[in-house]
Amino acid sequence: MQIASKEVSATSLVKAALEKAKRCENYNIFISLNEEAALKKAQEIDEKIKKGENPGKLAGVPYALKDNFLSKDGNTTAASKILEPLKSPITATSVKKLEDEGAIMIGRVNMDAFAHGSSTENSYFGPTKNSKDEARVAGGSSGGSAVAVALDIVEFATGTDTGGSIRQPASFNGVYGFKPTYGAISRYGVVAMASSTDCVGFFAKSAEDIDLLMSIAAGQDPYDLTTLPNYYETSEVKDVKKVGIIKDFDVKGEIKEALEKEVEDLKAKGIEIVELEMPTLKYALAVYYIVVPAEISSNLSRYDGIRYGYRNKDAKSLDEVYGKSRSDGFMPENKRRIMIGNFVLSSGFYDAYYLKAQKARTLIIKEYEKAFSKCDFILSPVTPNPAFKLGEKTSDPVSMYLEDVMSVPINLAGLPSLAFPVSETKDGLSLGLQLIGPRRSDKSLLDFAERRLK
Amino acid sequence: MLSNFSLEDAEAEALGQDLSQIIEYISQLDELDTEGIEPTYQVFEMENVWRDDEIKAQEADREALLALAPEAEDNQIKVPKVL
Repeated sequence: MQIASKEVSATSLVKAALEKAKRCENYNIFISLNEEAALKKAQEIDEKIKKGENPGKLAGVPYALKDNFLSKDGNTTAASKILEPLKSPITATSVKKLEDEGAIMIGRVNMDAFAHGSSTENSYFGPTKNSKDEARVAGGSSGGSAVAVALDIVEFATGTDTGGSIRQPASFNGVYGFKPTYGAISRYGVVAMASSTDCVGFFAKSAEDIDLLMSIAAGQDPYDLTTLPNYYETSEVKDVKKVGIIKDFDVKGEIKEALEKEVEDLKAKGIEIVELEMPTLKYALAVYYIVVPAEISSNLSRYDGIRYGYRNKDAKSLDEVYGKSRSDGFMPENKRRIMIGNFVLSSGFYDAYYLKAQKARTLIIKEYEKAFSKCDFILSPVTPNPAFKLGEKTSDPVSMYLEDVMSVPINLAGLPSLAFPVSETKDGLSLGLQLIGPRRSDKSLLDFAERRLK
Repeated sequence: MLSNFSLEDAEAEALGQDLSQIIEYISQLDELDTEGIEPTYQVFEMENVWRDDEIKAQEADREALLALAPEAEDNQIKVPKVL
């Protein structure tokens, strides 16, 4: 990526990014721009460069922030009404680390409200359009992040991936999207969705750029007790010999062709291909849509119209404050998930749904462990289909969920996965695949992608 | 009631239909044999992670947090009368 230097000023990089963001308004990528603060920061970095001080590893690099990250720059909405844009008094640890290295946030980007969705259509601010075809969805939930990188507005963007929210939009827009091992990057200051699967990650134009971002952002944080001691920089890079492909997924059409071509390329490079039987994976989507709504219903109970955010002005009693504020403030998909979550956790259904799903989750984890005893990494599609049309699935939530069938299993197991672009359909839509590794194999995955998948 | 929404009838009905479909989908888990399997709540099987019981300076102070409330008075967040 282009870093500011004596020859190329941070101010010129930031100005160019802001201008491009404005030219691409029709895609509905940004919820808010951070123009004034970004230009001020660029000036400070240019001063440092002039004085010969160290401006940081990401000096003057413009980036887009998914709008579920808190920072003192701009207001956070999580693409919802209920945060009534929140002027945050704190900054997320991941944002602080990037900015300490000189990265400059030029704006906050669109997403499905509270990251609930696979298309960015479930945003209070309207959908973001696909970078290759404006009649199609950007993917989601981090749709704005993917399109901002794909249209070359910014060098990188942050995202969150609870069930595919980085990899699927990356794949729909022809960019790299990385979901690290669970616990690699602090979640402090990120709007919580499902705490046992939420991961912070990145969109960029190469695996090499993501490696740089990971080396900066990964590490233990006293404010997020699930973070792992930093393994990223110290982990050894594996000599990859075997890549597995999953026999159980029903892969069709142009995605199948892309997968087969990648397999041939790997074989030509001397990699052995191993066929894996993973029969439990077909239950992962059902497990996901039990466990995740359960955690959502708990995490989203904090939006009460009392402590921060939106409060319905006509509410006369305390019950009305809760009920009316929550009804106005959440999108339909938020409501569905909260209600499903409360249902599967309720005393009469807990054993049949929630407990059963957590047991199935153990089986899924074991199935991956077995798979990784036979191969170093797994190669898989990210989605069953390329980007679908705007409005095509909004009236049928289950058909929308089915788009996540190949992305959610890895979140349940806490594994890292890199979505990378491979080719385009005959209609010019992006096709991507994902490379999945065992926990803590993040650096090896990115290294393999950089050296062997090009 | 648990979810705390005041829903209009039409919205409640539409949600009801969606939820039935979703529950039908997730019920396929019944087929899977999970007899004798331990549940996983946290992928690294972390349990309680303790820290020292010390008060540390926070990034956001009391005033900053109170300023976020839709209504506040005398250092307290205000809600409609409960009793």
